[in-house]
Amino acid sequence: MFGQLLSSLADGLLLGFVYGLAAMGLSLIWGVMTVINLAHGPVIALGMFTAYLLFTQAGVNPYLALFAVAALGLGLGLVIYGVAVHRVIDAPHLSTLLATFAVNMIIIGVGTAVFTTSPHNIDYSLGSLALGPITVPFTRVVAAFAALAATALLYLFLYFTRPGKAIRAVANNRMAAELMGISSTTMLALSFGLGTLLACVAGGLIATFFPFTILSGGPYELKSFVICVLGGLGNPLGALLGGLLLGGLEGLVPAFMPVSWVPVVEFGLFVLVLLLRPQGLLGAR
Amino acid sequence: MRPWSRPGFWLPLGAVFVWGLVVLLLREDTLRETTFTVMMFVGMASSLNILLGYTGYVSFGHIVFFGLGGYFGFYLLSQQGLWLLPAAVAGGLLSGLLAGLLGLAVLRLRGAYFALATIGINEAARAFVSNFGPFGGATGLFVNFQAYQAYGGAGAALWTTFIYLWLVTLAVLLVSALVQGSRFGLGLMAIREDEDAAMVMGVAAPRAKTIAFMLSAFFPGIIGTLYFFKNGNVEPGDAFQLHMSIEALVMIMLGGQGTVVGPALGAVVYQGLRGYLLTSPLFKSLHLAMAGIFLLLIVLFVPAGAVGWLRHRFPRLRKVLT
Amino acid sequence: MILQVRNITKRFGGLQALTDVTFDLKEGEILGLIGPNGAGKTTLFNVLNGVFPPNRGQVIFRGEDITGLPPYEVARRGIARAYQVVRPLNELTVRENVMVGACYGREALSLAQAARVADEVLATVGLAGRAEQLAGSLNVAQKKRLEMARALGSRPYLLLLDEVLAGLNPSEIAAMLDTIRAIRESGVTILMIEHVMQAVMSVSDRVIVLDYGQLIAEGSPEEVVNNPQVIEAYLGDPQMTARLLAE
Repeated sequence: MFGQLLSSLADGLLLGFVYGLAAMGLSLIWGVMTVINLAHGPVIALGMFTAYLLFTQAGVNPYLALFAVAALGLGLGLVIYGVAVHRVIDAPHLSTLLATFAVNMIIIGVGTAVFTTSPHNIDYSLGSLALGPITVPFTRVVAAFAALAATALLYLFLYFTRPGKAIRAVANNRMAAELMGISSTTMLALSFGLGTLLACVAGGLIATFFPFTILSGGPYELKSFVICVLGGLGNPLGALLGGLLLGGLEGLVPAFMPVSWVPVVEFGLFVLVLLLRPQGLLGAR
Repeated sequence: MRPWSRPGFWLPLGAVFVWGLVVLLLREDTLRETTFTVMMFVGMASSLNILLGYTGYVSFGHIVFFGLGGYFGFYLLSQQGLWLLPAAVAGGLLSGLLAGLLGLAVLRLRGAYFALATIGINEAARAFVSNFGPFGGATGLFVNFQAYQAYGGAGAALWTTFIYLWLVTLAVLLVSALVQGSRFGLGLMAIREDEDAAMVMGVAAPRAKTIAFMLSAFFPGIIGTLYFFKNGNVEPGDAFQLHMSIEALVMIMLGGQGTVVGPALGAVVYQGLRGYLLTSPLFKSLHLAMAGIFLLLIVLFVPAGAVGWLRHRFPRLRKVLT
Repeated sequence: MILQVRNITKRFGGLQALTDVTFDLKEGEILGLIGPNGAGKTTLFNVLNGVFPPNRGQVIFRGEDITGLPPYEVARRGIARAYQVVRPLNELTVRENVMVGACYGREALSLAQAARVADEVLATVGLAGRAEQLAGSLNVAQKKRLEMARALGSRPYLLLLDEVLAGLNPSEIAAMLDTIRAIRESGVTILMIEHVMQAVMSVSDRVIVLDYGQLIAEGSPEEVVNNPQVIEAYLGDPQMTARLLAE
C-alpha cells in the first residue's frame, strides 16, 4: 500500500517534469510578450502526432523523433506568430487571446478532419524500472531526463547565446532593446517559436505514455495554466517546479480521495494562487 | 436623453419581439428550434457584454453561470418538482449570488489574469459538479417524460419554454440598454477605459464591477435552466463547455462590443454562419476551422466588430446603432 | 483650514519617500508645491487623494480624517485631481469624460444634470466646441484642458493640480494661469505641483518646498525663493550658488 503510494507519487513527479516542460513553453511566451497562447493545447497535440507519424510511418525511435518534433514546433510557432499574433501584439489583451484561440480552433478543426477523433497510440515500451518499493514505467524516467535536458538547453540558449540574450533583452524592455539595434519582431517570433517548440517536445514525450487524439492537448493546456500561475508567469524555472508540484499532487491525491476530485483540487489551487500570490510561488518576471 | 427615446433602443428589442411573435404565429417546430438556439446565444452574448463590453473585464468562463444556474434550476424542477418558471428564476438567482461571491475574490484581478481565473472557475465547477451527488455526479440529472405532461405534453412544454426564453431575451436586451444609458453604465465604461482614473474621479469600482458581474451572471442561469429542461437532461460535459464561452465572445466581437445591438447581431450572424457550415457538405468537417479563420480575420482586421465599424464609418448612425 | 496634513510618512520597501510632512491649507488659497525631481511631490498627492495610504500620519479634510480612504471615497468628499500624465477615457466623448466626474464627484448628479454641468465646465476651459469628439482624438494640450475639466466637473472643494503647465508654451501657460485664478475666484482651493518657477511663483499665495521627502521651507513666494536651503536643494552647492547669484 505504501509502496503503491510511493510509486504513484514517483510517477506523478516524473510526469511533472514533462508537464513543466510544456508549461515552460507557455511561460516563456508570456514572459517575453505578455501573450497567453491559447493555441498551446493543439500545439502539444501536434507534437504528439508528429512523433506518432514518424514512429509508425518511418520507424523512427520516438526519442530521436523529438529533434524533428522540435524543428516542427519552432516552425509552427514562427508561422503562428507571423500570421496571428504580430498584428495585434500591442493591442489590448483580448485581441491576442482571441487571435491565439482562433488558431486553436483552426488547428483542432483541420486536425479533426485529417486525423479523426479516434485515439492513436505509440506502441513503445521500455519496461519498468524498479527501485526498492517504487515501480515506474521506464518511459517516464527517460521522459523526465529528456525534459531536464531540454530545460538545460533552454537555459544555455537564453543565457549564453546572442539570440538568447536578445530575447531576454526584449522581454525586459522592448523599446530599449530596439534602440540597441535588436529587431524586436524577429526576437518575438523566435520566442514564440521556442515556446511552441517546448510544447511540441512535451507532446512528443507524452505520446510515449498515453493514447491521444487531436483534442488531447486541452487538459495539458489547462494544466499549463495552473503550473504557470503556481510558478510565476514568465519564470521558466518556476514552470518546471510548478510542474513537479502539480505532478506530485496528481500522484498523491488519488490515495486520499476519488480521482475525479483531482481537477477540483487543481483549479481550486489555481484560483487560490491567483488571488493570494498572483506573482506565483517563485515570482513572475 | 432617456434611453427609451433613442431609436437604437428599440431596434434590437423590436426585432426580437417581432421575430418571436412570428414564430408563435406560424407555430412551426423547426423554426422554433432554430430561433430558440439563436435567442439563447443572443441572451448569452448580451449578458456577457455587460461585463465585457461595458466594464472591460474579459471573462472566458461565462458559461459557468449557464451551467451552475442551469444545474440548480434543473435540480429544482426535476428533483424537487418546482414549476419551470420559478426554477429558472431560482437558477438565475443562484448564478447571480455566486457571481457576487466569486467577484469579491476574482474581480481584484485584471486583464489576462482575470481571464485565466474565469477559465479556472469554469473547470473547477465542472469537476465539482461531476462529483456532487445531489446533482447526479458524472451522469447528471434528467426528467422523465411524464414531467412534461404537467405542461400539457411534450409539444406544449417546448412552446412554453420558447416563450419564456423569448421573454428572457427581451429582458436581457432591455437591461443592457438601460444599463448603457444610465449613470451606472457611465461608471462602468469609465472603469473599462481606465479603472484607476475612474476611481480617482469617484467611481466606486469594486462595487460597480460586482454588480455588473452579478447582472451578467443572472440571465445565463435562467437560460441554462430553460435549455436543460428542453433537452430533458443535463450532464457535466454539456453544461460547462469552454468553447461556448468563447463562442459568446466571438459573437460580441463580431457584432461589436459595448453596444446593445452588437452582441445580438453577432449572435444572429454567427448562428447563421454556423448553421450554414454545418449543413454544407464542403465545410461540414471543417466548420470549426472555418469559424476559427473567421474569428482570426475579425480580430486582426475589424476588431470593433460590424456595429463598431459602422459607427465609425457613418457617425450619423451612432444614434441608431447604440 | 480646509486641509490639515500631519506627519505624513511613506516608505516603499527601502525607499523613504516622505518623512513627517506637515502643513495646513487655508480655504480659498492657492498653495504651490515645489521641489526637485524625486522629492516626493506626486507621492504626497497620492497619499492625499487615497491612491495609497501613508505608513504614518493623518490627512484631515474639512474636519474629517480621510487618511487611508480609497480614491473614490476621497473624490466623493470633494477632492479632485488633474494628472501630470493625462489619462483621458479615450472611447468616451469629451462631454462624457466630464460627466463621469460630475456624476461621481461631490454632488452625485444625475446624467441630465451632469450633462449640463459638463457643458458649463467645458465652456470655462475652452473645449465646448469639442464636446462630441472622442477624448482619444484630442491633441495633448486639449487633453490637458480635458483633464482639468474632468476635475472641475466633480465640483470639488479642493483641486490637486499635478504639473498642468508642463509642455505648454508661454501663451498657453498664461491662459492656464488665468483659468486657475478664475477657478480660485469661484471658491475652489488649489494645491498645485509645478516646475515652471515663474508661473508657480506668480499665481501662488504661499509655497511649500519638498526635498528628499521632507518639507524644507514654507512661506510666501519671495521668502521661499530666497531661502538658502531651497536654493541648495535645486542647485546643490551653496558656495557655487552664491557665486552664480553674484554674477
